[in-house]
Amino acid sequence: MKNLVILGAGTAGTMMANHLVSKLPKKEWKISIVDQYKTHYYQPGFLFLPFDIYNEDQVKKVGKKFIPKGVNYIQQKIEKIDAENNLIELDNGTLAYDLLIIATGSKIAPDEVEGMMSTEWKKSIFDFYTYEGALALRDKLRDWKGGKLVVHITEMPIKCPVAPLEFAFLADSYFEKKGMRDKVEITYVTPLSGAFTKEISSKALGYLLEEKNIKLVTDFAIEKVDFKNKKIVDYVDQEVPYDLLVTVPTNMGDEVMERSELGDDLNFVPTHPKTLQSIDHENIFVIGDATNVPASKAGSVAHFQAETLTDNILLYINGKPLKEEFDGHANCFIETGKNKALLIDFNYEQEPVTGTFPFAGIGPLRLLKESILNHWGKLAFRWIYWNMLLKGISIPFVSRNMSTSGKNINK
Amino acid sequence: MIKTIKQVELKVNNEGYLTDFSQWTKEIGAEIAKEHEIEMTDKHWEVINWIQEKVAANEPLSIRGIKKSGVIDIKQFYALFPGGPLKVSTKIAGVPKPKSCI
Repeated sequence: MKNLVILGAGTAGTMMANHLVSKLPKKEWKISIVDQYKTHYYQPGFLFLPFDIYNEDQVKKVGKKFIPKGVNYIQQKIEKIDAENNLIELDNGTLAYDLLIIATGSKIAPDEVEGMMSTEWKKSIFDFYTYEGALALRDKLRDWKGGKLVVHITEMPIKCPVAPLEFAFLADSYFEKKGMRDKVEITYVTPLSGAFTKEISSKALGYLLEEKNIKLVTDFAIEKVDFKNKKIVDYVDQEVPYDLLVTVPTNMGDEVMERSELGDDLNFVPTHPKTLQSIDHENIFVIGDATNVPASKAGSVAHFQAETLTDNILLYINGKPLKEEFDGHANCFIETGKNKALLIDFNYEQEPVTGTFPFAGIGPLRLLKESILNHWGKLAFRWIYWNMLLKGISIPFVSRNMSTSGKNINK
Repeated sequence: MIKTIKQVELKVNNEGYLTDFSQWTKEIGAEIAKEHEIEMTDKHWEVINWIQEKVAANEPLSIRGIKKSGVIDIKQFYALFPGGPLKVSTKIAGVPKPKSCI
């Protein structure tokens, strides 16, 4: 009997368990999945919690419910991966593997920036990338009387790179609805050279910030949060004052990678971008936010990766060459406020462009263009996530590899 | 798009980044630097070499990476390549601008 171990029961790990349970011969392979947490969160929903669009119950469920029968679910903390000896050291005992899938995700590390994790954390400085952070921010926003709201990204890469932009747009809507938009000054601060960095999206969406009266500060590499004087300061001594700082802290892979010496300087695991095999160990595969591949850290990416990875696991087991197939495909709805959203579909090579999705000419969804239908698509996605995505069911008409059909691509 | 530097026709994107690294030479890098009013020194080239090595190894570039590069600290990086150091230095290095989502 051989052992396949999946580390992490988040979006990517749960999907892999569901994909593999029916494909690996039960007499030959035992599948185990390890995760210390009981709750599975619908992370895209965290964006909606601060604005009272979603409530707590809509974004969390018991994780065990999504682990298929026939998979051994181990609820323990992972101490270390001993890749030389094919062993996982757990809180309580060890686990041997023949094949390992790392799906431990990424998380925020606010202590990476001086002054961020200060006495003001969750008082005037908030994140919305954690369940607790999003709820604390919701409570703050409910009573906030207005002032300078700064939406800030510390450094790239981050989970869902468009989420902070969506936050700024939804904040505009939220305060307008409360009749206090004139009391709130919104500033978007990014280390990148623009809010929309790619040429085509900049042209298509440049109007959004202006229309919503959101100020933009670019090329801001934060050095510290001066929490006493309520301002963020960058390496060239540029300062942005705030009353309420909503920041996306540094995103890092799990600390277990550091302990196991398997990660890069952000604890992401060096991974082949097309096969998803670990660069250093051929019997280790990596999926989702845990990888260092230059794709977006988003659930849709994990979903498309899972399909390629399932094929590659089977090829690897049968001693055949791996498919170099994963193309970086990502597909994201972007909330723009006032019940509208836009949709982007892109990969490693192709930047987001305008057009129709998934069918050329017909749509019904429009790419890089605001619409109410896209917003409904985003809301419908929560159902799709719990009922299809996690269970490894393919979404009809959306293929793992990005399609160029319907896209306005200048060749 | 085509841009001519020192009589060499270079393939560049709309932002002026080389799209074919095989066309890059140190001389071309120095000319691009001049457009940003940067006179290249040994320290500048050390950073450029480091960036090119990272890109060749398929490793993403970030300000944090610079901090841990052992070549330079972030304050110096800003001083050497004013006005968005990653943006400017990658253009001089002939590599793509660091990736982001949209």
